[in-house]
Amino acid sequence: MILVIAEQKDGVLNRASWEAIAAAQALGQPIKVALLGSPIGDAAGELATAKVDAVLTVEQPSLAMYTADAYAAAIAALVSGEAPDLVVASHTYQARDVIPRVAARLDRALVTDCVGITAGSPLVFKRPMFQAKLVADVVAAGPTPHFVTMQIGAVRGDTAQKGGAPATITAASVTIAADAVRQQPEAPFREAKQAVDLTQAARIVSVGRGIKGEEHIQLAKDLAAALGAELAASRPIIDAGWLPSDRQVGSSGQTVAPKLYLALGISGAIQHVVGMKGAKTIVAVNKDPDAPIFEIADYGIVGDLFEVVPAMIAELKKA
Amino acid sequence: MKIAVCLKHVVTRDGAVRVDETGSWIRDRDASFELNEPDAYALEEALRLKEKQGGEVIAVSAGPARVTQALREALARGADRAIHVEGDALARADASVVGKSLAAALKDEQVDLVLTGLQSDDQGFAQVGVILAEVLGLSHATIVMEVQIVDGKLRVRRELEGGWFQWVTMPLPALLTIQSGINQLRYATLKGIMAAKKKEIRAVPAPAGLTPLLEIRALAVPAKQKQTRLIPGSSPEAAKELVRALRDDVRVLEGGR
Repeated sequence: MILVIAEQKDGVLNRASWEAIAAAQALGQPIKVALLGSPIGDAAGELATAKVDAVLTVEQPSLAMYTADAYAAAIAALVSGEAPDLVVASHTYQARDVIPRVAARLDRALVTDCVGITAGSPLVFKRPMFQAKLVADVVAAGPTPHFVTMQIGAVRGDTAQKGGAPATITAASVTIAADAVRQQPEAPFREAKQAVDLTQAARIVSVGRGIKGEEHIQLAKDLAAALGAELAASRPIIDAGWLPSDRQVGSSGQTVAPKLYLALGISGAIQHVVGMKGAKTIVAVNKDPDAPIFEIADYGIVGDLFEVVPAMIAELKKA
Repeated sequence: MKIAVCLKHVVTRDGAVRVDETGSWIRDRDASFELNEPDAYALEEALRLKEKQGGEVIAVSAGPARVTQALREALARGADRAIHVEGDALARADASVVGKSLAAALKDEQVDLVLTGLQSDDQGFAQVGVILAEVLGLSHATIVMEVQIVDGKLRVRRELEGGWFQWVTMPLPALLTIQSGINQLRYATLKGIMAAKKKEIRAVPAPAGLTPLLEIRALAVPAKQKQTRLIPGSSPEAAKELVRALRDDVRVLEGGR
């Protein structure tokens, strides 16, 4: 049996949970889906429309706002009670916070950030390593249950199969000791409204580490101006303070889908790629021929951006 | 405040990685290594906390002899002493083995706070910090962007997805995994490098009998997801052809969305 740990916030199901269900369904075993929180609202009913054998809910006040201690205790109790062969979750920030804790508590294998699972015995988990320059086949050892988290977007959520009749929804009996929870969370918040809406841009010129210094940002600005494009950046450029955070594309920034995305000196780490892989035409300029950005690029130039970009600007100005 | 910071010595970000003859690891004999970048931010945060709160920063790394370079670097930046958990097999060990090895080295240190990067630039499991917290019985928070000490408790700003954040307060002792970009890194000064030579790196053996929970069966260059057209030639030639293709072939230079 496979146990999928779904995720909700304020009674709204996280879309990534459908990806975890789809990944589990591909393995051809009975599936139960667990949902924790308070209140769970309609999210359990939504999960019951999936082609799964049961939906388990754990709804109690200590789970109202996420804490690592309460969720780890609840998931560990649930997994111990259900004794699945495999536990599947999406590699969300919440899963990254809690699933390793549960796996360590039970002393079981956890394969994080997987992009695919090959059915068989043993299961083979595919996941990126070395900054996504390589992909590894990983197998889990030791007793079951084994745990896996699936990279967001690696499996399409809309491929999850719906069931004929709704699956039964059962409240699982799990108790969490009141003194087990050490973290006191405050309400989540967003920074002040962002000034730049990159999601509406038709063309984006984006810079990464390869730009080397703040003084070179102007070069990218000049190319963006010549292309009629917005300027964006990967996380290291924002972290260095060379561009404001509302220019960031990636998992912690904006998700964009322009018709042209020109990546300058961006290696193509997954945290960046998830924010721009929906672009219609992707162009990469990078001196490293092994940079993972070339795997998703439509056009690539392996070369020095400090030569290529001025030449592009000159060429664009000619026309 | 006694702070331990766990550091990994990883193959350099910019370096090429090649699969070795076993097909399950990289050719690391001729690779160059550096301090794992997220761990560098954790080290910096530890040093800043010490400057505010007083106390001690202990740098800890598990791995073969080469990881003492990362520890020496940490000492040069301002850590007070270091612990090297020695073991050649730790170079490619899984998160469970590394977490338990670090836990064994730290269990008698009675630290108030353990910091580490949110993940490593090599295997990138993003598990070691959380496993270490569980084994040591510490409360934890991951992907932290700000650290405060308020009335003897830890108050941290966690990064959530899509631009959301959350403050979480917890008692000490605790463990935090630090997000890159939380602070501006300092670099070692000549004085720091000289001082580091006199600081202690205590070697402890890796605990015996740890069983790996993960096995890498194969490593390979990923299959291409798209048919990429690599444009050859000199920079001016390639730039010219790229502009032509964008204008005439895919026609993305005109109009809006």
